[in-house]
Amino acid sequence: MLIDFSSEKAIFIQIAEGIEDGIISGSFKEESQIPSITEISVQYKINPATALKGINILVDNGIVYKKRGLGMFVAEGAVDKLCLTRKNQFYESFVIKLIEEAKKLKLSEEEIKSMIERGFDK
Amino acid sequence: MNCIEIKNITKNFGKTCAVDNVNIKFDENKIYGLLGRNGAGKSTLLNIITNRIFADSGEVLVDGAIARENDEALQKIYLMSEKTYYPETMKVKDVFKWTKTFYPNFDVEYAQKLAEKFELNTNKAIKSLSTGFSSIFKLIVALSVNTPYVFLDEPVLGLDANNRDLFYRLLIEKYSENPSCFVISTHLIEEVSNVIEDVVIIKNGRIIKNESCESLLSKGYTVSGNAALVDSFIAGKNILGTDSLGGLKSAYIIGTMQSDMPQGLEISKLDLQKLFIQLTNS
Repeated sequence: MLIDFSSEKAIFIQIAEGIEDGIISGSFKEESQIPSITEISVQYKINPATALKGINILVDNGIVYKKRGLGMFVAEGAVDKLCLTRKNQFYESFVIKLIEEAKKLKLSEEEIKSMIERGFDK
Repeated sequence: MNCIEIKNITKNFGKTCAVDNVNIKFDENKIYGLLGRNGAGKSTLLNIITNRIFADSGEVLVDGAIARENDEALQKIYLMSEKTYYPETMKVKDVFKWTKTFYPNFDVEYAQKLAEKFELNTNKAIKSLSTGFSSIFKLIVALSVNTPYVFLDEPVLGLDANNRDLFYRLLIEKYSENPSCFVISTHLIEEVSNVIEDVVIIKNGRIIKNESCESLLSKGYTVSGNAALVDSFIAGKNILGTDSLGGLKSAYIIGTMQSDMPQGLEISKLDLQKLFIQLTNS
């Protein structure tokens, strides 16, 4: 996972999303341990409070949970939960932006559709 | 909550006012950045806090007790600074040993471990260390001293990129596992901007900013793009400063972003270093 320090997106949100990506892609399996606050903050050279804030988003959403004395673990059902949330955001975060850019470039609806088909065929 | 409280501290050197009625608090278990231009008064302030020089007026309280000539209070504070007060011919490993007699929580074993990591030869005398290794030696002492308050004045002076990276990692690891208050005074702002939680900016002996890094940086944003577009966008807004490069321009704006940004402008967040430069340019 990469953190873009110049992005307008807050670092703690990037941390949360990075772990989410890891869970969706299977790097962090359900019921397996995720990196600790210390590991994350040392790795990215960020204040542990920032890392904690990111992980707390995942805790609040029931994506990870704390095992006392052991660390943070991916909750059962986390993948389905994340996929559902991401699907709901797909239109806002990808489709709208795609159409905006397409309009800028004067691409027609047909042209975009054929591009999407081409993408799927690949 | 335990803290170091600096109350109405003023210090003059002849006709120069180095520290001008400063009031500030450093809470336990937090990492602060103390930022200021050359001659802004950072080191003077740190020297006053640690009783190395005396203020003309005002007082420093450590966990509620007046620090001046108070050994018990001063034992809670460690200052790593350019000047060392060890005999120059002393070997590094002997300094480790002696430091423990003044600071009982000093971890000799940990210091040895860090020396290995930085490849510092502890059989060398302090005076024979290069600039970089002199900094490394002082850093190791500061990271091993285990006082509730540690002040680091230019901790990475003369360190190469690899050793700076190692230092920040060790600092974060140390802090994460065993929190204490670290106050880092540095000119390498970009490197510490994500490490520090609160930022204190000092200018001409006065504190001009003292708040959490996140809240300071969230007060503004940067727009860049075509100069004419940027100029029309920033008209009437609170501008900290601008940079121009030919037909391109960046403007640092204080205020909240509007949701409908004109097309062709790029938005990014304020970065601490740019903000610092704009705030402290006189």
